[in-house]
Amino acid sequence: MQMDTREVACGAIFVVTAALFAYGTVDLPMGSSIRMGPGYFPLMLAAILGVLGFVILLKGFGREQSPIGGIPWRGLLFILAGPIIFGLTVRGLGLAPAIALVAAIATLASSKATPVLIAAIVVGLVAFCVIVFSYGLGLPYALIGPWVAPLVPGV
Amino acid sequence: MELLDNLYIGFQASLAPVNLFYCFLGVLLGTLIGVLPGIGPTATIAMLLPITFGLKPETSLIMLAGIYYGAQYGGSTTAILINLPGESSSAVTAIDGYQMAKQGRAGPALATAALGSFFAGSVATVLVAVFAGPLTEIALQFGPAEYFSLIFLGLISSVALAHGSVIKALAMIVLGLLFGLVGTDVTSGAQRFTLGIPEISDKLEFVAVAIGVFGLAEILRNLENEHDRDVMVTKITGLLPSKEDFKAMVGPVLRGTALGSALGILPGGGAILSSFAAYTVEKKISKHPERFGKGAIEGVAGPESANNAGAQTSFIPMLTLGIPANAVMALMVGAMIIQGIQPGPNVAVEQPSLFWGVITSMWIGNLMLVLLNLPLIGLWVRLLTIPYTILFPAILVFCSIGVFSVNSNVFDLYTVAFFGFIGYVLVKLGCEPAPLLLGFVLGPMIEENLRRAMTISRGDWTVFFTRPLSATLLVISVLVLLVVFLPSVRKKREEVFVEED
Repeated sequence: MQMDTREVACGAIFVVTAALFAYGTVDLPMGSSIRMGPGYFPLMLAAILGVLGFVILLKGFGREQSPIGGIPWRGLLFILAGPIIFGLTVRGLGLAPAIALVAAIATLASSKATPVLIAAIVVGLVAFCVIVFSYGLGLPYALIGPWVAPLVPGV
Repeated sequence: MELLDNLYIGFQASLAPVNLFYCFLGVLLGTLIGVLPGIGPTATIAMLLPITFGLKPETSLIMLAGIYYGAQYGGSTTAILINLPGESSSAVTAIDGYQMAKQGRAGPALATAALGSFFAGSVATVLVAVFAGPLTEIALQFGPAEYFSLIFLGLISSVALAHGSVIKALAMIVLGLLFGLVGTDVTSGAQRFTLGIPEISDKLEFVAVAIGVFGLAEILRNLENEHDRDVMVTKITGLLPSKEDFKAMVGPVLRGTALGSALGILPGGGAILSSFAAYTVEKKISKHPERFGKGAIEGVAGPESANNAGAQTSFIPMLTLGIPANAVMALMVGAMIIQGIQPGPNVAVEQPSLFWGVITSMWIGNLMLVLLNLPLIGLWVRLLTIPYTILFPAILVFCSIGVFSVNSNVFDLYTVAFFGFIGYVLVKLGCEPAPLLLGFVLGPMIEENLRRAMTISRGDWTVFFTRPLSATLLVISVLVLLVVFLPSVRKKREEVFVEED
């Protein structure tokens, strides 16, 4: 049996997501159509999403495979890690080190990253952001956070 | 002359030095980022949104509007110079614009785009001013049932303009609506889908969702094939079009402006549809259709005027009704809500200087665009040579700082990563992200109006069909859906969007 994996996967993802949202409304009061409770509208939407997903899934059968193209695994890993690392470190390490970390991690996402390039991008971006965001726009975040402040003389 | 009074109030606001400055800054930044390949207007606005939060509401909206048409214009520049449209609406410009550049006529092509856009922008601004007042008055009579039907129409029309599968676009809208409901239910105070995470007990941060779905997912898409771009035109000589060029331009610019203005007002319409329609029209009525695709100046003038006019008039439903017609307007609505303004017909009544200030600033912004772009084209060309390897770490850092600065909430950064992942997976599966964002913004609005309408009608579902205005809007929605599903239209749609990629 021929099937288009992309379409089937897409439909399946929508169906599963719909089921999860529907499950999320279990504890919410439904109310009536006159006075809709918090669960009424979301459950309706989840049902619609489920049906749409199911249609997409069914249509995927008996069709030729659609091209999906390459997946940049390396990029996916490092790019998604960027904001998470920033979130984990911006309070503790401070703004400047957090920017340096994100810049380094993001550059690693490219297959063309070399140590020199990473260093150049890190230095350039930290300098630019500190000047623009801290001094220019006056964002109220410590440049050097409490985790490293004791190690830096003069802070 | 109420209109003149209103325009006077508007110019008073938009000509204030602060607003002029931020309008200029917006246009400049918008063009700057729009020129950088691979970043369209939506991503640009999402990224720069946090910068505007510290400003007064009217200043911030003026700046955002400036960013929008700046980015739009920047996209046309890349389309002409490197055959890489910054956004789908300038995809048509690339067809003939790039050919002109190849023949050494990049200067006239760029000037045509700028002048055509300026003319279209000026006309569209007047139209916005003329229509905004009366439409607002109609809108003030809207009850919850009408609002529900109107939002419904907006959502359905956005489907018509998404790439590829209609069913997938519908599914993306519903998914967006569901994500929009995450957090506290305003009516009952109940927590929905928060999974016990205190940081999202209010709602998912709009800026984080937008940056994830547009910014991050776009970087990932660009990383799929990392190769160097060729900028073929390094020096541009002879900027001004010749007399013959001007003659050839007039008709297409006028037709493009008319077409774009009309299509832009439709909910879900806007720049993309306008530019495609204008190109088709020009090709149809031309005495030499064979020249199209080989560097015809009409093929640049028409679509460029149309997409700018459409971009401008798509502000009408957003400003008067609070209903965003496309993803960019969804971002504007998000910005207004963050500024503490409830979008809708009341904005014109309660904040006339903001309302008319934004409208008049469009004209000023367009003027700046011409003054800024023609002399600075050399600089934009040099920007095109920045390698993507340097570019995307910068984008990622700006996005991170930007999202964090909205609420100083660390959790918002995890939201960005989450939606970046979801956005990328869905794009991979052939789903467009724009309907999702539209649904996200409109989710709480449509639910609230549905509930109110049903309470007023004592639970009678027919209320949406018995009230004439509401019924009309629903009938139009059904027609739009039928048209999209018609076999012939479906085929045409596929062709158009394939051309675009």
